[in-house]
Amino acid sequence: MSTRNLAKDQPDSFAFTDEHKARIKKIIAKYPEGYQASAVIPLLDLAQRQEGWVTKPAIDVIAELLDMPVIRVLEVATFYTMFNLHPVGECHVQVCTSLSCWLRGSNDVVKAFNDKLGIKFGETTADGTVTLSEVECAGACVNAPVVAVGDEYYEDLTYETMSKLIDDIKAGNTLAPGSAVGRQGAEPEGNRTSLTTDPTQTTPIQDLAVAKQKFEEAQEAARKAKENP
Amino acid sequence: MLQDQDRIFTNLYGEHDWRLAGARARGDWDGTKELIHMGRDWIIEEMKASGLRGRGGAGFPTGLKWSFMPKTETDRPHYLVVNADEGEPGTCKDRDMMRFDPHKLIEGCLLASFAMNAHACYIYIRGEFYTEASNLQVAVDEAYEAGLIGKNACGSGWDFDLYLHRGAGAYICGEETALIESLEGKKGQPRLKPPFPAGVGLYGCPTTVNNVESIAVAPTILRRGASWFAGLGRPNNTGTKVFCISGHVNRPCNVEEEMGIPLKELIDKHCGGVIGGWDNLQGIIPGGSSVPCLPKNICDDILMDFDSLREVKSGLGTAAVMVMDQSVDIIAAITRLSAFYKHESCGQCTPCREGTGWLYRVMKRMVSGEASLEEIDMLEEVSYQIEGHTICALGDAAAWPVQGLIRHFRPQMEQRIKDYRDGKVSRAA
Repeated sequence: MSTRNLAKDQPDSFAFTDEHKARIKKIIAKYPEGYQASAVIPLLDLAQRQEGWVTKPAIDVIAELLDMPVIRVLEVATFYTMFNLHPVGECHVQVCTSLSCWLRGSNDVVKAFNDKLGIKFGETTADGTVTLSEVECAGACVNAPVVAVGDEYYEDLTYETMSKLIDDIKAGNTLAPGSAVGRQGAEPEGNRTSLTTDPTQTTPIQDLAVAKQKFEEAQEAARKAKENP
Repeated sequence: MLQDQDRIFTNLYGEHDWRLAGARARGDWDGTKELIHMGRDWIIEEMKASGLRGRGGAGFPTGLKWSFMPKTETDRPHYLVVNADEGEPGTCKDRDMMRFDPHKLIEGCLLASFAMNAHACYIYIRGEFYTEASNLQVAVDEAYEAGLIGKNACGSGWDFDLYLHRGAGAYICGEETALIESLEGKKGQPRLKPPFPAGVGLYGCPTTVNNVESIAVAPTILRRGASWFAGLGRPNNTGTKVFCISGHVNRPCNVEEEMGIPLKELIDKHCGGVIGGWDNLQGIIPGGSSVPCLPKNICDDILMDFDSLREVKSGLGTAAVMVMDQSVDIIAAITRLSAFYKHESCGQCTPCREGTGWLYRVMKRMVSGEASLEEIDMLEEVSYQIEGHTICALGDAAAWPVQGLIRHFRPQMEQRIKDYRDGKVSRAA
């Protein structure tokens, strides 16, 4: 397990914006009455979206909002690794180095950051723009290696395409997420070997009247078998 | 090879419209009301007859699981919870189902919930899947708007609510009781079973937790009939399956194929073969990081289904095939997985919390060869002390890759240790 602690330097206060307050009401309404604690992860996520990281004052505010002991919110914040317990740069880059990405060259992707920005895992550039983190399996293994920039995934990377992406990040360019080799989703690169036909040509639904009759006969037979074994 | 007309996920690659109009054109939401009116007993029997086994890894029969829910609702409501916390290294199928075919999942949620007397369903999606959650939320909103879910869903008379819940980065929440804990707003630490979720689950109520794929295939199975699905694959290993093939193949991809397809055919037909040719294959992990790896000689003729892979002491798991060619230091590869399990252990059970770290530390020495030959036996023995001695299967999942390595690649491990002793520079150094 990973040990995660709150940052030493904390701001004095935290308050959700009015827009977030309205969203919080909607989020809590998803869960049955009395189970508002279910909203703790979504609320911590909102707080992080607002401030960039999860602060101790935010944890206190959320505990009060959800009528939870502070320690319960604190343990959730420290347990789930998506919550940044320390400030991160404007651009948070998370590199997957798990097996599938490692096999396809995630070390090269990491090297591109070391070479171009001079940062390693857990570090932020001196100007505070880019933070580099290592993550466990991002769940895009067929499109490895993959990095997440903010909420978006960038896939099928190499040292070269990652370096180019870093240039774009530095220049503040808008980046198109997805595959760097231009494939659609997790299709094989080049010619398709499946899903080449018209998907609207579907097989009609089975005859439900016949299915129902068969089912009832089977039920009847099972009932009889039970009565006269 | 499976034909397109027998594929369920016809928008797996996302080239077509994933929204309601597109989904309808591909046959989703066709006759849903009539299927509901067939009754819950019929739905469950049909699912049982289809032979569908859970697609999340364990392979438990889905219809049977549904039948464990109490027949009548008491003062405690029933819940369906969909496990979309996909994070098993190698696995990326649910992601594409949710972003490209979200309506299949939503329709499946309605039918499964109806079959289990549940008026509410939560989809627990991993937090990193932001685009996927956005698409799914749009699709849920569309379904509400069109009256397909909500009050009197599809005009069937059944009221059904569907909610999305995003996680925040914890592999362990893919374990069903940890997922329930997390959904209740707690740390994702698994619960002791019994009681099983079907008795005491979410908020103390009867709950069934199913994988995305298990739920998303249900509408097509019910529409086309159990016999169609059962006619594909092999007995006890029926139907189609989305495989994720990553690593050292020429064209990594997700592909829906028939259960029981030979591994070699899967890789050669859909992935352009192993990099450098089949003979360059060193080994594969056939079902996501948790299952033991297999050497090339077994890969030559193994069939990809639950029972075939179990016979060779591995497993189908999530059908995430990780391919490793001869260039891979396989000891380092398995050590990478040990690092993963060390990171993801929830810390609740001592054998796992301490054992995963211990495995990782010893494995690191195995990579450099800085170990003694006897330690290989000790490593194996300790892995058996972890396996089966924890609340959930994460301990097992941490032990199996190491056991697989020792079972099939022991000579490489011994050679590494000898090389280190002889002062030869090992590959990893």
